[in-house]
Amino acid sequence: MVVKTVEGSFAVAEAIRECEPDVVACYPITPSTHIAEDLNRMYADGEVKKYIAVEAEFSAISALIGASAAGGRAVSTTSSQGLLLMHEALFAASGMRLPMVLVVANRAVSAPLNIWGDQQDSISQRDSGWIQLYCETNQETVDSIPIAFKVSEETRLPAMVCMDGFYLTHSVEQIDVPEKKLVEKFLPKFNPEIKLDSENPLSLGVYAMPSDYQSFREDLELDLQKAKQSITRVQSEWNNLTGRNYGMIEQYMMKDAENVFVAMGSVCGNAKEAIDQLRANGEKAGLLRVRAFRPFPFGEVAGALNGKKNVAVFEKAVSLGGAPPLFGEVLCALNDLSRKPTVSSFIGGLGGKDVTVNNVAKIIVKIKDGEKRFEWV
Amino acid sequence: MVKNPDNFTPGHTACAGCGCAIAMRQIVNALGKDIIIANATGCMEIVSSCYPRSAWSVPYIHVLFENVPAVASGIVNALRAKGNDHTTVVCIGGDGSTYDIGFGSLSGMLERNEDVLYVCYDNEAYMNTGIQRSSSTPLHASTTTSQAGSVVHGKTQWKKPIVEIVAAHRIPYAASTSISFFADVEKKLKKAQAIRGSRFIAIHASCDTGWRHETDLAYDVCKLAVETGMWKLCEYENGEFKMNYKPAKLKPVEEYLKLQGRFKHLTKEEIEEIQKHVEEEWKKL
Repeated sequence: MVVKTVEGSFAVAEAIRECEPDVVACYPITPSTHIAEDLNRMYADGEVKKYIAVEAEFSAISALIGASAAGGRAVSTTSSQGLLLMHEALFAASGMRLPMVLVVANRAVSAPLNIWGDQQDSISQRDSGWIQLYCETNQETVDSIPIAFKVSEETRLPAMVCMDGFYLTHSVEQIDVPEKKLVEKFLPKFNPEIKLDSENPLSLGVYAMPSDYQSFREDLELDLQKAKQSITRVQSEWNNLTGRNYGMIEQYMMKDAENVFVAMGSVCGNAKEAIDQLRANGEKAGLLRVRAFRPFPFGEVAGALNGKKNVAVFEKAVSLGGAPPLFGEVLCALNDLSRKPTVSSFIGGLGGKDVTVNNVAKIIVKIKDGEKRFEWV
Repeated sequence: MVKNPDNFTPGHTACAGCGCAIAMRQIVNALGKDIIIANATGCMEIVSSCYPRSAWSVPYIHVLFENVPAVASGIVNALRAKGNDHTTVVCIGGDGSTYDIGFGSLSGMLERNEDVLYVCYDNEAYMNTGIQRSSSTPLHASTTTSQAGSVVHGKTQWKKPIVEIVAAHRIPYAASTSISFFADVEKKLKKAQAIRGSRFIAIHASCDTGWRHETDLAYDVCKLAVETGMWKLCEYENGEFKMNYKPAKLKPVEEYLKLQGRFKHLTKEEIEEIQKHVEEEWKKL
């Protein structure tokens, strides 16, 4: 174990290097840029095999598609507008069942232009058929890189590792960056059976008529749901090697909790602090952190919230004109429970607006009255 | 002239008399088995790869309309990273993907000088969606989005000079050829295959549906395009320009135009305008 004091972005780049990607293709965009720059430095020093300095994010994701189809381990990083520009190709990557990893440094989307953190960018890609893991800390983000490669390559589904822009990407903290030897033990070489190979010709990305199209989409959906098993198993293998355990969800002080804060990403650090403070005052507060947003862990969420009194779903994204994305999923998860908690929606932290320990504590205290709320914080 | 094609097989669903299908056969027969084809969305993708069938007996990938140069960049980098330094990665795109929607991706690939051979089959409009104008559509041609009406009389812009634009990226090889000149096509494909870095070949290939000519005229029409100066056979090798075929005397453009319904609305003045333009361009060579 080597614990370093390092910026989140650089630790992520190191973790990517230790996974020995064949192809890195990036286009710089704040706040993901440090990851791309560091990968390029590694390429310049011969530590990363190929770095394609593409002319746009759309080409970055397209190059990953080509590289993965040719049997290469492929990775990129982006944020915000870059991820939105990739949108069309995200569907192609998952539909073609091509493994790859995309590190998303979460950021708000235009307009107005804003470079700071929220999760609207990746949440807006939730229907694209990608696995999405949302990380609370830089340690978790770093650990999620080899985990994402392994899950992606096992399930033949592309995977996003989402880390909050600036809050994580630019924070310097102590991180145990996994060493190459450990990653080698954990992550098998990528050598897919289906690939572009002139000695074994096949056609990829053909089109499907109405008689066949839907069954491809149905298979994709079923396999994405099944990816939950792979994520759970792979994370437990990682736990065996490192002692760091990640689930589809994380429960904090949930055993006897009556009022529960539900959220994703780095805001959960503040939420834990808020819950500690409330607990010190005798409040029965708890946190349910959703780590895997896709596939969504309906069973785990229902199990965790069963019998709770009040739930506040907090999220840094909006589905304009519709149900807030995480709120909607949580409600769906609770559908079959006989004792449903009262569930409120809180939207906040958009475009880097601070969400403090005090903000979270206030929300948890507020929901105690059992009123249903839809509020912006 | 085209050997028994075993790499682009019969059974595809191209229209009768399709000039682009001829180009496909020329490409795969010239380049052999050690290739990977990356194909942009377009006619040739649709006619050749309807699940569960494929006309390709070489490795083939289609992803989207506007990203084939980036896909090919990923393929070639992965191959080279994994120690394969022999397979030729070939992009195939129509003029829609090449001149227009995928132009940024193409320019990026050329600037990086990726080790990719890009072949554009140029039928001068978006034929796959039903004959809409592209920036490759010639002046005055009528398409469904450059209609010949009483006020606007077909396309009002000149055709974009793609080979010159591509060559301006200072890649090792850029050329234009035509399906009707079999030896020229084959020679250029083979020459390009032997070069490392980005290579580009535009193949003029007729679409009888979109150009509105008889189905047995693909060869004659494309030949006339060259003989009238409406299309040229040329190459830029390491920046050096060369004409590969220069008729002693150009035939009048009218001979080319009159075979095609897309030009049938042209006035005498419009034909003269095209004729004058061709002669001016020819003088520069």
